[in-house]
Amino acid sequence: MTTKLQKPPVLVVIQLSGGLDFLNTLIPYQSGVIRDARPHVMVPMEDALPLDDELAWHPAAKALKELYDAGHVAVVQGVGWENSSRSHFRAMDIWHTCEPDKIANEGWLAKVTREFDPDSENPLTAVSFGLALPRALAASGVNVTSIGDLDQFGLMTEVEAEEERAKNLDSFKRMYTPGIGTGMVQDYLAETGRSVLKGADMLVDAPSQYSSEVEYAPNLIAQALRDVARVHTAGLGTRIFYTTHAGYDHHANETAMLPRLLTELTEAISDFLQDLRNHNASEEVTILVFSEFGRRIKDNGSGTDHGSGGGAYIIGDGVEGGLYGEYPSIEQKDWLYGEDMRHTIDFRSVYSTVLDQWMGVDPSAIVGGTFEQINPYKAKVTAGVAR
Amino acid sequence: MADDRIELMAHLMRRVGVGATRDELEELVERPYEEVVEEFLHPGALGDPDQDILDRYLPTSTNPEAPTACATRWMHNLAGGRRPLREKMALFWHQVFATGYGKSSHARASAAQIELFRENGLGDMRQILLDLSRDPAMIDWLDNSENHAHAINENYGRELLELFSLGVGNYSEDDIKEVARAFTGWTFTQPLAIFPYSISDPVFKFDEADHDSEQKTFLGQTVVDGADVIEVIVKQEACARFIGRHLYNFFVADEPPVPSWNEEPPRDQAAVDALAATFLESDGDIREVMRTLLNSDFFKAARFQRVKSPVEFVGGVIKLVGAPRFPEFSVARLSRATKLMGQDLMNPPSVEGWHTGQGWINSGTLTQRVNFAVEQVMDTSKPGIAAIVERVAAAGDATPEELLDRCLDLCGPLDVSAQTRATLVERAEEGGPLSFGNGASEEAEGRIGRMVQLIVATPEYQFA
Repeated sequence: MTTKLQKPPVLVVIQLSGGLDFLNTLIPYQSGVIRDARPHVMVPMEDALPLDDELAWHPAAKALKELYDAGHVAVVQGVGWENSSRSHFRAMDIWHTCEPDKIANEGWLAKVTREFDPDSENPLTAVSFGLALPRALAASGVNVTSIGDLDQFGLMTEVEAEEERAKNLDSFKRMYTPGIGTGMVQDYLAETGRSVLKGADMLVDAPSQYSSEVEYAPNLIAQALRDVARVHTAGLGTRIFYTTHAGYDHHANETAMLPRLLTELTEAISDFLQDLRNHNASEEVTILVFSEFGRRIKDNGSGTDHGSGGGAYIIGDGVEGGLYGEYPSIEQKDWLYGEDMRHTIDFRSVYSTVLDQWMGVDPSAIVGGTFEQINPYKAKVTAGVAR
Repeated sequence: MADDRIELMAHLMRRVGVGATRDELEELVERPYEEVVEEFLHPGALGDPDQDILDRYLPTSTNPEAPTACATRWMHNLAGGRRPLREKMALFWHQVFATGYGKSSHARASAAQIELFRENGLGDMRQILLDLSRDPAMIDWLDNSENHAHAINENYGRELLELFSLGVGNYSEDDIKEVARAFTGWTFTQPLAIFPYSISDPVFKFDEADHDSEQKTFLGQTVVDGADVIEVIVKQEACARFIGRHLYNFFVADEPPVPSWNEEPPRDQAAVDALAATFLESDGDIREVMRTLLNSDFFKAARFQRVKSPVEFVGGVIKLVGAPRFPEFSVARLSRATKLMGQDLMNPPSVEGWHTGQGWINSGTLTQRVNFAVEQVMDTSKPGIAAIVERVAAAGDATPEELLDRCLDLCGPLDVSAQTRATLVERAEEGGPLSFGNGASEEAEGRIGRMVQLIVATPEYQFA
């Protein structure tokens, strides 16, 4: 089945940094093996929110459970890759570049951005919220807008006198004009300077035009998703949004840390989706949530160490909710290296699915090969959308 | 208006360090250029109060449990220390032998590697490669601890040839295998533990039982051990050219990205030839190569031919506004600033290092650069800005154009395009002639400050 959207499809990526404990998010709560393996981090059976006879949601993921029950969440179980790395850096790098065996320079979403905007005409085609640009969005010749603070975005924001700042920006524009015979680097620099101004100009009204009845919580991920909503609803042609929720590296004190993070995250996603619906801007959006790896099956007395076989979540109104892929076997004989969950689906399958079935982009060149897809959407989005 | 000697000395200082104050420049030009170069080439002779001060004010920076501490120290030494070239050479080798902290999460091992570069960055190439091959941070980074006599791991062998010494096209796949065999058993005493269990330092260990001691053939010569391999490498003309081109890119003018070097010739073949010749004549003495470079005409003629790296940009702005005499906790923010501009020290994007030149610039990083510089210079009470105001005032009342010229002179001296100049002149003219008399000095100070803000936002200020 296929469908056409009223507006071009949009991807919102939420990166969970540190390694979300998948086993403690969607929990095999009836399993004695798991209960024995992780006595210090296991949710009490009576608190878990059952999904079926075997699996239950962590109670702090209540908002996600409600979205799941309403049919808007596809859980991809057991995501990973062969010989996955336990290094945050390498693992995240591999997710960002789709190159498990070598160090690569081009981010997968930067390549997608290039597909959408080959001549770099719209600096807002991909927008990242956060301090640094993730490598997923980095590639030479791809101009991505990176926003730390949307309300303060732009050049010379520290110059308080409005008239003077306006004059400075005008001077900046004149100084950053590609000239004749000044050289390629100078031209590139001038073009980049102009694209900063253009992006900032396009964004200048987004904060004030937006109004919403949804009250986002005062935490980083909720505010970041509110920023995504503000830019998305402004209709500036952004196709890819990226943001990060950090702190999932719970080697210690997991029972205190994880609930706070899961509550922040899942409530923020739920508010975001509601906000988009209120603005009639949810139909075209798909959300992808991922983390670099899952965590060790046995706990370490207080938390859990780096492992493999995590999960990913595809969320949106176009999603056919349910469980996808296969939950990694929790039988002790199947543990990888005697301690890890064995992945059951490659992360590039998840990327390929989203790119092919939602974004209308041929995934093979982006992810470096053909990977089996899952079918988490009600219908495949076809080309022919007004661009 | 700008003095040639000042221009040349400012250029030298931007390249051997991150720049210099006008007072420092005026002092330096009193001595012959070659003598100043010689002093920087022998950082040991300069004495070093930096370390004692760091130990006292920022003790964690010398015994780091996190890479930011090491980066903080680096930024302090570059912007406020007395041996800039030592720090610059460490940065150079960090760029060429790009090793990431994130894989081992072992800050002390990463810091120890940078210390090696700091100590011996101007030394003998074979010693540098030997140190590198024995460095636990590198061994872990490129998996040489997984390179066993019975099952080789080619990772280090390949990168040693491709990225660290010869460049693609100067060896065969068989050479890589032979080199990997020669480095079997080069490991370290204990596995690097993940933070926070990284209190002890790993130490290089030659595990004879895990070393393949048979003869190998590398580039047609018989070798046994890794040290033999390095001896062969350092004698290669390809090595001389490769290191020469790297030095040219880092100190003279921007070259295309390294992976294209096999296809694209250097922008100045004669310059790279000269550096390679010195390398071969001196048997790989980096100090000799740097002496040739810094005293050459091609170097002196290369003002503003490189896009500043984030470290150079941030360090240069701090030089301009006046580095604090003693390191404050705010220096920690400087390494964060370079990270936002795309250069996260101790965490290069890959083993290929950072993409330099034009590769430093994108919409996000340019925004960070301009905003950082403008914010820093905004406060006219900062010592460096106050000194600029004082010097402009000392020259007396000025026409708008003179105001601009004095500021450009004191911010570099910086050359600007006709387009930039016209824009800035127009802004200077808004306030009419500059006068310091009759209580007008406060207004004049404000105008000078605003002019400096515009100057650090120019395209020209992005270049070193």
